[in-house]
Amino acid sequence: MSTVAWITTRGLLGRRRFLLLLPLPVLMVAVALIPRLSGASPEEWVQEVIVAMGFTTLLPVVALIVGTGVLGAEIDDGTITHILSKPIPRWRIVVPKLLVAIGVTAATAAVPFYIVGAIASGPRLGLGIVVGSTVGAVIYSTIFVALSLVSRRPVLLGLVYVIVWEGLLSNLVSGTRVLSVQQYALTIADKASASPLLNNNVSLPVAVVMSIVVTVVFLVVAIRKLGSFSVTGETS
Amino acid sequence: MTLEVTGVSRWYGNVVAVNDVTMTLNPGVTGLLGPNGAGKTTLLHMMAGFLPPSRGTLAIDGQSTWRNPEVYRKLGLVSERESVHAYLSAEEFVLVSAKLHGLPDPAAATARALDLVEMTEFKDRRIGTYSKGMRQRTRVAAALVHDPEVLLLDEPFNGMDPRQRMHMMDLLNRLGQAGRTILFSSHILEEVEQLSGTVQVMVSGRLAASGDYRTIRRLMTNRPHVFAVQSTDDRRLAVALMHQPSVNGVDLTREGLTVRAGDYGSFTRALPRIALKEGIRVRRLLPSDESLESVFSYLVEA
Repeated sequence: MSTVAWITTRGLLGRRRFLLLLPLPVLMVAVALIPRLSGASPEEWVQEVIVAMGFTTLLPVVALIVGTGVLGAEIDDGTITHILSKPIPRWRIVVPKLLVAIGVTAATAAVPFYIVGAIASGPRLGLGIVVGSTVGAVIYSTIFVALSLVSRRPVLLGLVYVIVWEGLLSNLVSGTRVLSVQQYALTIADKASASPLLNNNVSLPVAVVMSIVVTVVFLVVAIRKLGSFSVTGETS
Repeated sequence: MTLEVTGVSRWYGNVVAVNDVTMTLNPGVTGLLGPNGAGKTTLLHMMAGFLPPSRGTLAIDGQSTWRNPEVYRKLGLVSERESVHAYLSAEEFVLVSAKLHGLPDPAAATARALDLVEMTEFKDRRIGTYSKGMRQRTRVAAALVHDPEVLLLDEPFNGMDPRQRMHMMDLLNRLGQAGRTILFSSHILEEVEQLSGTVQVMVSGRLAASGDYRTIRRLMTNRPHVFAVQSTDDRRLAVALMHQPSVNGVDLTREGLTVRAGDYGSFTRALPRIALKEGIRVRRLLPSDESLESVFSYLVEA
């Protein structure tokens, strides 16, 4: 584990906001258990729990908390200067931090996603949506890490993006689906699970190509922004 | 190793924070003095590569500091903002620095740096539990771990008690004597009494004065002063004071006397003598223009 990744992990786990990650997965599993125990058929609730709750809410929100935590929090409290004042190329700071964000987000999402998928129709669906949520974790984390370098208010901006763009527009306006991370993740989950319970709105090639393009673009943005990082404010 | 600042300006919109500063820092200790808001931090951030200059160049041994991480092999920075990973111990914190620098033997470098700032004894405690001075020393250790040629410190004495301050100044002087180029900023002149080196004085973004600290120190003690004086007989005291060569003027007000002295030292020595001779009791003596701005602007004029 690189030193940057080590200090990032310690910083992330040491902060109180990390606890925010716990309720959503627990809630998602709990919500899935209710119809299961009451004997409702999976068709009736999978869409709501896996798509609306999982892919539209849990995954981006967890990615937002973690993604803005690995770099944004250090920019906020100024500890970033300790890492920046070292002779290391900036990509070697961004990439380990991003990997930590992806790892934590993917792991936090994987557990409830697998359980809910398995409850609905067995391990195949569980694994399939875990593949989809992991792809989603990669893209969302990259976006939010980049966002914390572009804006001084990454959490607010990220929340608006998650709610308005991913939550509202990509569900209401079909044209924006091709530009929705949620749709890429869902499509990949659908193909991986081959389950009739999920349906997708973009084709697999589009989802794969767009996932790569979006990730690479935001990764480059993040590295470039960190390279010309200026300390602002508080001059005396 | 020299740090070369050439024609550097930095502005934020319409506000000019640093205005056409040129200076060369050589091995030894240099104090960057000036009141709050003079642009010291902005200048230090530019030197450390954390801010691009709007105009001009900053270079360490010919290498630009902006967008050039390689420069940190020779440069150490202790920022003003007291941001530390409070959940780490001093040893872990310094060790992280050593590893990020890619030093061949990070553990040995860490031990050496902690020893230099005399923190070896407390190295296993969490930084969050330290006193201000200990935290500051830990930060200095982290900045020194790769044995940099140039060390920049922003307000390192802030919040330190006199003993800690002496300690730190002693450390900086030792490093300076060992051939390192040390620059620290301060807005309190009294903080830098033990400084053995040169000073650069900044006022309102401009480099206002530079030179040997002792010269500046002398100018400071002999600077003109305004005192508010109250006594049992203000009018008679005023007459007596006007005979003094060190007094430039006296105003008689309802609250007492306002005395403009040309020279701090001789006036404060003369006043008790005069009062004793005239049989007047001085009830109050207050220096009334001790603001930093007035001291610094005096230094600039001198």
